[in-house]
Amino acid sequence: MSQDIYVLIEHNQGQVAEISYVMLAAGRQLAGIHGSQLFAMLLGYQAQGLSLDIAADKLLYIDHPALKEFAQDAYLLTLTEIIKSRQPRVVLFGNTTIGSDIAGAVSIALGLDLASSCRYFTSDGKFVSQICGGKIMAEGNLSSGTTLLTMVPGGYKPEEGQSEHPPVIENFSPPVLDNLRIKNIKFIQPESFDIDISKESILISVGRGIQTRDNLELAENLANSLGGVVCASRPVIDQGWLPTTRLVGKSGKHVKPKVYIALGISGAPEHVEAITGSETIIAINTDPKAPIFDIATYGTETDLFDLIDVLVEKVEAAKAS
Amino acid sequence: MKIVVFVKLVPDLVEELTVDPGGTTLDTTWLRMIINEFDDHAVEQAILLKEKTSTQVIVIAPDFDGVDEVLFTACAKGADQIIKLTGDFSSINNHALARAVASRIKILQPDLVLTGVQANNDIDGSIGPALAACLNQPFVGYVSGVTLEDNTAIVQKEYPGGVIAEMSITLPAVLGIQAAEQPPRYVAVSKVRQVMKTSNIDEQPLDELDNSGFPEVTRMFQSETSAHAEMITGSPDEIADRLVSVFKEKGILQRTNR
Amino acid sequence: MSNLETANAIFYNKIQEATQDGEKLRNCLQCGNCSGICPFGYVMIYPPSRMIAEVRANRFEKILGTENIWMCVSCYACTSVCPAQIPITAGLMTGAKEELLLAGNVPSELQAALEYSQRYGNPLGESPRKRADWAREIQPEVKLLGKYRQPVDVLWFVGDYPSYHPRVQHIAQSMAKLLNALNINFGILGPEEYSDGDSQRLAGERGLFEMLAEKNGQAFNKYDFKEIITTDPHAYNAIKNEYPKLGFSFPVRHYTEFLAENIEKILPFLKNEINARVTYHDPCYLGRANNIYEQPRSLIQNLPGVELVEMPHNLKNSLCCGGGGGGMWLDGFQWEKSHVRLSEWRIQEALSTGANILAVACPYETSRFEDAAKNIDKTGQLRIRDIVELLVESMGV
Repeated sequence: MSQDIYVLIEHNQGQVAEISYVMLAAGRQLAGIHGSQLFAMLLGYQAQGLSLDIAADKLLYIDHPALKEFAQDAYLLTLTEIIKSRQPRVVLFGNTTIGSDIAGAVSIALGLDLASSCRYFTSDGKFVSQICGGKIMAEGNLSSGTTLLTMVPGGYKPEEGQSEHPPVIENFSPPVLDNLRIKNIKFIQPESFDIDISKESILISVGRGIQTRDNLELAENLANSLGGVVCASRPVIDQGWLPTTRLVGKSGKHVKPKVYIALGISGAPEHVEAITGSETIIAINTDPKAPIFDIATYGTETDLFDLIDVLVEKVEAAKAS
Repeated sequence: MKIVVFVKLVPDLVEELTVDPGGTTLDTTWLRMIINEFDDHAVEQAILLKEKTSTQVIVIAPDFDGVDEVLFTACAKGADQIIKLTGDFSSINNHALARAVASRIKILQPDLVLTGVQANNDIDGSIGPALAACLNQPFVGYVSGVTLEDNTAIVQKEYPGGVIAEMSITLPAVLGIQAAEQPPRYVAVSKVRQVMKTSNIDEQPLDELDNSGFPEVTRMFQSETSAHAEMITGSPDEIADRLVSVFKEKGILQRTNR
Repeated sequence: MSNLETANAIFYNKIQEATQDGEKLRNCLQCGNCSGICPFGYVMIYPPSRMIAEVRANRFEKILGTENIWMCVSCYACTSVCPAQIPITAGLMTGAKEELLLAGNVPSELQAALEYSQRYGNPLGESPRKRADWAREIQPEVKLLGKYRQPVDVLWFVGDYPSYHPRVQHIAQSMAKLLNALNINFGILGPEEYSDGDSQRLAGERGLFEMLAEKNGQAFNKYDFKEIITTDPHAYNAIKNEYPKLGFSFPVRHYTEFLAENIEKILPFLKNEINARVTYHDPCYLGRANNIYEQPRSLIQNLPGVELVEMPHNLKNSLCCGGGGGGMWLDGFQWEKSHVRLSEWRIQEALSTGANILAVACPYETSRFEDAAKNIDKTGQLRIRDIVELLVESMGV
């Protein structure tokens, strides 16, 4: 077995996902600990161009039409081939719509240990994962064989996984990818007539704590007053109270506003990972133990229903003065 | 067509979670278990498919405290068969569960297996992809819509940024459900109670569990609060004043021109 | 008969048998009084009298096809004006909600409250272990019957909102202080107390009500006490009128009855002048449903420095706060349909009397009315206080 660290580069529709750079940063730390090299794995079709800013010692490039977009079965066949032949120390996947689909299957297929939701590695190389909605952390040792991990953002800065010097590219021949059972038919883009919340600088985000659709008016008022836009966490979108274009979270948008105001949002990891790019996070939640307070810049436990009207008044007054 | 839904119970986050004195697992003394909300969506999606295409729906769950009610509720919603897997699950993990459930599913031979895309206590990955690998079937996760056509499922898979990929999967296959096409329905308690009288839970003991693939956890602890937010206290009035000054610092207050 | 006709006939029979005077449905004169007095009658496609007409004409499915019935706040206004004395609220309206609920047609807000009630024993979705957390700072300590294990005179049934709602917890705390001051030997069930279930029942979830009632009934059976007093008129209504049907019979009084009877013991404590014009809102489940009008008023009149004034709608004609029959969990839904809040009407009426205090005796009301007052009472003239809070304010304990 080698001591090298392998990172699966995630990309979709011609764009490298941010989690890839987070993993490269984590992978660099591990490579340092193990005194080994950092490999990036890029599966795609005519996609070498995506590798330019990847901060790795080497990049394994696997080119095949079936790998043009992510498909779990094609990825599984390819990755098991690579892992069998290279026997890395660690393979990092995103705890994402791509990485999570594949890591568990590789683990079973090759009989390798898998730890999920890893946020960071300690200086002696232990993994630290977050579970139970971010309330509990689990720390553990990498097993003696190849260890697979899925990573959540938050522990490393994506810039640390980027480089001005393109990595050395090594081509790896894909296995036979016939009789595949998953086919991409098409991508459906979010309704384009709506606002793009990932580009807004002031976001008022509502969660379960808003209680009723009717109460969205409070958030709207605050948004109007601050010149911002209302968005929401999963439970609110699932109720159909706002369109999916306003979803902030793992399967929604990642946002990076100047100010993010979280109203009644507890801060589940799927939500938190999408807001860590915000400059300032203000959390309003009556539960003092809500994980959102762990990542917010400012927090208050006051009831949003008591606060918002007063706040809107004060904002208006401040604007007029 | 036959659909199997795999459901499990997870810690209810409404209660404070504490770590067992041993330091490597959750303290179960006060642990309240609740259906994994994504599994609840998986049940709903299966029932919606049944209503459209008259498929048979079988719900399987391992025996945790409160599982009977979860199974009877699924039955009241329209599941045709409910199966409880019994055994010692005190140190169960997703790898062991996936292998054990796969051995049952192989006997049932469903066209489609649905399960929640993730669960809050997953430490060794989510169960769906592991299950699919045990069955040697393809897996698609983060699914928020399913249509069945002959031996194919057309699914909507969610990607970040609100992008949805429409995919076709040749059956049999396993899907990880992110959200059913509509929120899980309500069933009246009386209906569940009725079902408890008229339906049976099929109990199936699990054979030896194979826990391999689970990482070694050496320490569990409550999330550190070192990076905690600066808490603003006081009356709503005082809090609003402070927030306005934060807005000013950030330069986001635009004067109204009058 | 067609399937639909059969379904209608089954429903018609069911609602006639559901209540004592159910067969009086057949005597409906179609006078329309019920639809006129119903606070949401004007937005319902099928207000009560039309519902009766449709059911009698074998067309119940037309009602089920609408979301009409979720506007009903079970306020008993229709029942109280019916010249044929038809139990409209308890029979027809609740029965129709039950049918809708069995069909799975439930607005999502209500669904959440029902699921929480089922899972946690309270509609707020709070941890049952924290049900007595409001009492932490009270001295002498509030006895938890499960720990105290000795006979008490009074089992105080605290209720959901006084246990958990931050505003309403103050009412529970006031009550505890008052009972302590009066030296009453009382205890609470704490984590063994479940939602009384009455509003869930009136929202059509009969099975859930029975489940909750059984849990409370079993807890009552475990302990030695002389009587139950409740903070909440809904709990009072349930324990007095509904629990006995399930085999749980216990003497129960609303706290206003209990305190009015103990007024001589309270009077020496009432030191501080309240100095206010006070108007009183009759809760539906004290007034119309259970004919308790005098005791709350006598408590208010005994407060020093208080002038009691009446609102135009009072006693039997009181206006509902909008929280009953599931309305507490249908605010968004009802607003979408009507763009009216019943609590705001009531606040307007309270303001019209020139009152400075709106006194209430139901835990649903403080938060609803305070919310409404924020929109209506721009000058901040009106304070909303539970009677027990006013007593404690005067006592200065």
